[in-house]
Amino acid sequence: MSIEFKNITYTYMPGTPFERTALRDVNLVIREGSFTAIAGHTGSGKSTLLQHLNGLMSPSAGQVLVDGVDLNGRGSREAKRAAMEARHKVGMVFQYAEHQLFEETVFADIAFGPRNLGLGEEEIAGRVQEAMGWVGLDYEKFKDASPFQLSGGQMRRVAIAGILALHPKYLVLDEPTAGLDAAGKEKLIKEIVQLHRKKKMTMIFVSHNMDDIACLADKVIFMEQGRVLLHDTPEKAFRAKEILREAGLCPPQICSFLEELKAAGVPVDTNALTVEQGIENIMEAMGRA
Amino acid sequence: MLSDITIGQYFPGNSLLHRMDPRVKILLLLFFIIGVFVFDTASSYLLFSALTVACFIFSRIPVRMMLKSVRPLLWIILFTFFIHLFSTPGEEIARIWIFGMTWEGLRQGCFISLRLVLLILLSSLLTFTTSPLKLTDAMEYLLSPLKKLGVPAHELAMMMTIALRFIPTLVEETDKIMKAQQSRGSDFTTGNILQKARHIVPILVPLFISSFRRADDLAMAMEARCYHGGEGRTQMKMLKVTSVDYLACGGSILFGGLLAFLQWNP
Repeated sequence: MSIEFKNITYTYMPGTPFERTALRDVNLVIREGSFTAIAGHTGSGKSTLLQHLNGLMSPSAGQVLVDGVDLNGRGSREAKRAAMEARHKVGMVFQYAEHQLFEETVFADIAFGPRNLGLGEEEIAGRVQEAMGWVGLDYEKFKDASPFQLSGGQMRRVAIAGILALHPKYLVLDEPTAGLDAAGKEKLIKEIVQLHRKKKMTMIFVSHNMDDIACLADKVIFMEQGRVLLHDTPEKAFRAKEILREAGLCPPQICSFLEELKAAGVPVDTNALTVEQGIENIMEAMGRA
Repeated sequence: MLSDITIGQYFPGNSLLHRMDPRVKILLLLFFIIGVFVFDTASSYLLFSALTVACFIFSRIPVRMMLKSVRPLLWIILFTFFIHLFSTPGEEIARIWIFGMTWEGLRQGCFISLRLVLLILLSSLLTFTTSPLKLTDAMEYLLSPLKKLGVPAHELAMMMTIALRFIPTLVEETDKIMKAQQSRGSDFTTGNILQKARHIVPILVPLFISSFRRADDLAMAMEARCYHGGEGRTQMKMLKVTSVDYLACGGSILFGGLLAFLQWNP
């Protein structure tokens, strides 16, 4: 099972002077169970790509298949049903997700999604409690609070819980940690990793932080000007210097650090993605020396 | 979806009309509007039509856009045409029940409809070739003599500028919120009016909150840059009257003179 992009092209405002092609002939397969990171400059087509994942946008040309179902197949009726179904399967957490909150209580806001699915009250309450648990919000303490009185990090959690309550198979996160303080960021990343490990949720996330990408993802996608430059494991991705430069991205700090160390004459193995790995490599090199 | 709409109808280009000073364009538009009403002979209508078509060709606005600007008022134009066709006394062409069509009515109907079409085309020529920001600048300048009468010309222009500036932002924001709620299974397209109205709440509440936040931020940013109203404020992009504008003014006066001659010296 997977999400498949076949020759996707998307053009904004075709036929006007404002015409702009955001995606050019994109071919991708995102496998179930993977933890995929998407990186690229502003305007490289990341957000447009994400919105194709659950049928919010329909490609100008090409096909999107979610678990084999074509999101814009024959007939508008069928396409609409396929898109609705894709939205249950593919949970989408937008950038600054807390801006979508609107209900009077945290409970009601998280329950919005499940309620749209037409679930019973008991099931809804169960899902809300469960989703709040996943994002580390105390159910009794927060369920009756107004979402607008919470801190930024808590609001973000409520918004993410609102998506998790739909029980998506794939979770798409557009810069989930943007604008959070360091502590909130670390906590949120931990929770996302837990969801991936324990719930076997497939993760697709956009980030500008290469260090995060290096230690979280098992697949990396680099985008530039609407094209997919690379789709590979982070080990290989961050060694493709040419592509990194073309995409206007920097390798993770630990990679650059090890490279410089080696250039300075220390015989260190530059193959590391996390700081822990890097330390190990340095220790090894020092032991050898 | 929403991102496909354009704001106003500015059609970017670099023609003579695009390069004209917006103040001159507004004044000339007024001049021509008055002209269309004052001169009502067949030959002046012909000249006006030729001028309008020539301007559109000059400005390189596609014919498609030109027709699109007339479309919203098509029914009013047709209605006016038929009212005149049936209600003007004179030599009868045909009779439907109690309504008689007359030759005079046909002539009058054609002229009035043509007059309306000309008015629409000339005004849209202004909005097609002038960016909204230039338009508000020009409005501020043209309204400034009224400041003595207590008309807050600068504030009005500033309000318009801000409103125009934030339309695309709000459209984008609405689009984003709609997509976020759609991702939570909300469906705006099905159901009766009451159900549809209920689906608007999850869009409107976040939209209002973000609008207030943006307004607050903007006020803060403006104060931080020492904004204190229009008094003594200069502009980075000064409006300048150039040779193109003198040429256009000269041409328009000649055109007006010709029409006056045709009208009163047959």
